[in-house]
Amino acid sequence: MSSEAATADSVQEPSYIDVKSGFWSWFVTIDHKRIGVMYLIAILTAFLLGGFFALMIRAELLLPGSQLVTAATFNKLFTVHGAIMVFLVIIPGIPAALGNFVVPILLGAPDVAFPRLNLASYYLYLSGALLLILSLFLGGVDTGWTFYTPYSTTTDTAVVPAVAGAFLLGFSSIFTGLNMIVTIHKFKPKGMGWFKMPLSLWGIYATSVIQVLATPVLGLTLLLLFVERIVGIGIFDPALGGDPVLFQHFFWFYSHPAVYIMILPAMAVMSELITVFAKKHIFGYSFIAYSSIGLALLSFLVWGHHMFVSGQSTLANMVFSALTFSVAIPSAIKVFNWIATLYKADIHLDSPMIWALMFILLFAIGGLTGIFLGTLNVDVHLHDTYFVVSHFHYVMMGSALIAFFGALHYWWPKMTGKMYAEKPAIIMSLMVFFSFNLTFMPQFVMGSRGMPRRYFDYDPRFELMHQLSSLGAFILGVTLFCIILNLLISLKTGKKAPANPWGGTTLEWQTSSPPPLYNFPVGQPIPLPELYEYDGLSKDAEDGGWQYKKDAGNEA
Amino acid sequence: MSHHTINGHDAHVAHHFDGPQHQFDSGKLGMWTFLAQEILFFSALFVAYIVFRYNHPEVFAYAHKYLDVKYGAINTAVLIFSSLSAAWAVRAAQKNQQKLLIACLLTTILCAFAFLGIKYVEYKHKFHIGTVYGCNFAPSETPNGTKIDWPEAPKGQCRALKASEAKIVVEPPKAADGTPLEPGSPEALKAIAEADKNSTSRYSQLPPPNTSMFFSIYFAMTGLHGIHVLAGIAVFIWLLVRAIKGHFSEAYFGPIDFAALYWHIVDLIWIYLFPLLYLIH
Repeated sequence: MSSEAATADSVQEPSYIDVKSGFWSWFVTIDHKRIGVMYLIAILTAFLLGGFFALMIRAELLLPGSQLVTAATFNKLFTVHGAIMVFLVIIPGIPAALGNFVVPILLGAPDVAFPRLNLASYYLYLSGALLLILSLFLGGVDTGWTFYTPYSTTTDTAVVPAVAGAFLLGFSSIFTGLNMIVTIHKFKPKGMGWFKMPLSLWGIYATSVIQVLATPVLGLTLLLLFVERIVGIGIFDPALGGDPVLFQHFFWFYSHPAVYIMILPAMAVMSELITVFAKKHIFGYSFIAYSSIGLALLSFLVWGHHMFVSGQSTLANMVFSALTFSVAIPSAIKVFNWIATLYKADIHLDSPMIWALMFILLFAIGGLTGIFLGTLNVDVHLHDTYFVVSHFHYVMMGSALIAFFGALHYWWPKMTGKMYAEKPAIIMSLMVFFSFNLTFMPQFVMGSRGMPRRYFDYDPRFELMHQLSSLGAFILGVTLFCIILNLLISLKTGKKAPANPWGGTTLEWQTSSPPPLYNFPVGQPIPLPELYEYDGLSKDAEDGGWQYKKDAGNEA
Repeated sequence: MSHHTINGHDAHVAHHFDGPQHQFDSGKLGMWTFLAQEILFFSALFVAYIVFRYNHPEVFAYAHKYLDVKYGAINTAVLIFSSLSAAWAVRAAQKNQQKLLIACLLTTILCAFAFLGIKYVEYKHKFHIGTVYGCNFAPSETPNGTKIDWPEAPKGQCRALKASEAKIVVEPPKAADGTPLEPGSPEALKAIAEADKNSTSRYSQLPPPNTSMFFSIYFAMTGLHGIHVLAGIAVFIWLLVRAIKGHFSEAYFGPIDFAALYWHIVDLIWIYLFPLLYLIH
């Protein structure tokens, strides 16, 4: 069949944005695309807030001694920065905002399996976010985002609303994962088997499995902490025979897999971006697919590496250390396959591709420094230093958030129907790369020299490193703000986006930008092009995008 | 290639499904996924149970005697019976037996209330004799009923930690009807000998250290389970209302099927809780 049918005929159906308007049409919508957009707005707002707290931290650390805030406030700053960035930004970033938008379209489906549950997840997210923000107004929380007992059960700060908020956010995440699992299982179109799915769906699927199986443990743990604060249930109270270290086990049983809730969707996006902008079939499809599942399974077996100095037995430490190293295998499989895809490819350096290439570099650094920390004797030295801070920022920000921004630039034309200004987008993404490394490279250095994390004051010999890091953070903060601004400006002034601006072969590019209410024109056949085959595509469609050559006779 | 259709005919099939079978299969997978989540949700408490029982076996061996196996056994029977009626409700809907369906749903709801009623009696007794979680743990008697004099704690202090000052109360001998016996009388000597024999039982001794931990686990596990029973009641009442309105038939019984699945897992968790808490040897 002819593949351009969708772009030609869909003009008649109004887009999901135009189909209805007004506050209520968004507030009670069950359209996955609108819910995705609402998530995006909330997440970007939270991101700016969390970023603001990060800059406060870096401003305080410009000089030794007290500059802006008191030591107690500093503790609250890094706690709320961590909690917002983890629970409100990175975890829902790709799966709930962008995943919600694209997963059904990637499947040619009209919606997710449970649209009302999807909206409920969103309101759980909003309620959780509001409780977290409320805890700020009730004096803040100073436990760190990890809420470790026994400190969290004894501090007089606002732990209760923060924990209640994180609990709701957890269930929002669980229900999103559940929705994605069922959607991917039950809404694959005819002709799309598991191994004909776009790789992003494998990534989202693996993420969802972790969301459903790991998050409930966090939920229960936070519930016990909540009950401890309210009625003193005693399970984590050592005075009564309770075990505070059990909290750490429970917490990391979720929070280590949570790292993969953050990175697997990022990898999912990478697998799309690399092939689309290299205009070459992805190298090692099944290896990338299986490595996603492998990472999801391994992620459940390594939580103990957060507790090497928490009094774990030597045997347990050794087993967790060995398992931790094995995580490098599926991670490296992905990186090597992306690089192999780039080999002798026709690389188009559009802005999403710049983010993708940055991701590979930064993820390599983040991943390899993880090997240092997984090594027992090295970790004893590096534990709770800035080395750890830098390591997980390379993974959570340098990889997960960079991929989020790459994905945002990739799908923005599809979501909004507008093209953003490309040149500023490229320049600013390069500035992010520069300032990110300026922020966190010095942290590796000072961490390895013994600068402890979460300290308000420091030895003057770390002054230069802290100042370089703060300088980088300020540039990074301003740049990221401008990037969001650039995207927002495109809503007003951007050119109309073509159906397929990047030359993608996945289904979201076979419908109009933005898509109609049910994603594809109702009653018409949905074209299912050969996945990752770019030969028939050329950039000569009337709308300025890519389309399949009319004479090529490509049977889609 | 697939055709894009939007369902607009069947009132019980949402717009984005291909048809009733597609909707049912999706709902069923969704429910199973949710149940996997439920198992993991409870798993942390089971792990806590294992850890504390491994560290303090003597606490578990002693404190379980505070629980009444009779209540636990009745509740187990009640829940298993309610699982039967829930499963029967599914079958009744599939066979379009409307009256039977309503009866089965009603039975399930009544059993759930009976379960919570019995649980309430148990909880109330525990609060009455002070065998509760955390700092409020201050039992007024041992599992055998021997009286304990547990000291009060000043406000703001942890009463459970006053364990070292607790004492067994030695009462003067009494007849069966509670009247004091004449000191030195044969009846009194006999009662004292009986009491002596009983006091050698470890269940007449003071609780071992950290006994409050057993009740922390007990209340956490049965409390969370009880919340799930409450949620089940809400769901089954909603189903009952819909069944009375005649929503369900052999063509549409998904919600009853999914709720029954949920109810079975709630039942199953109790089947683990009963031996783990009540039947310790």
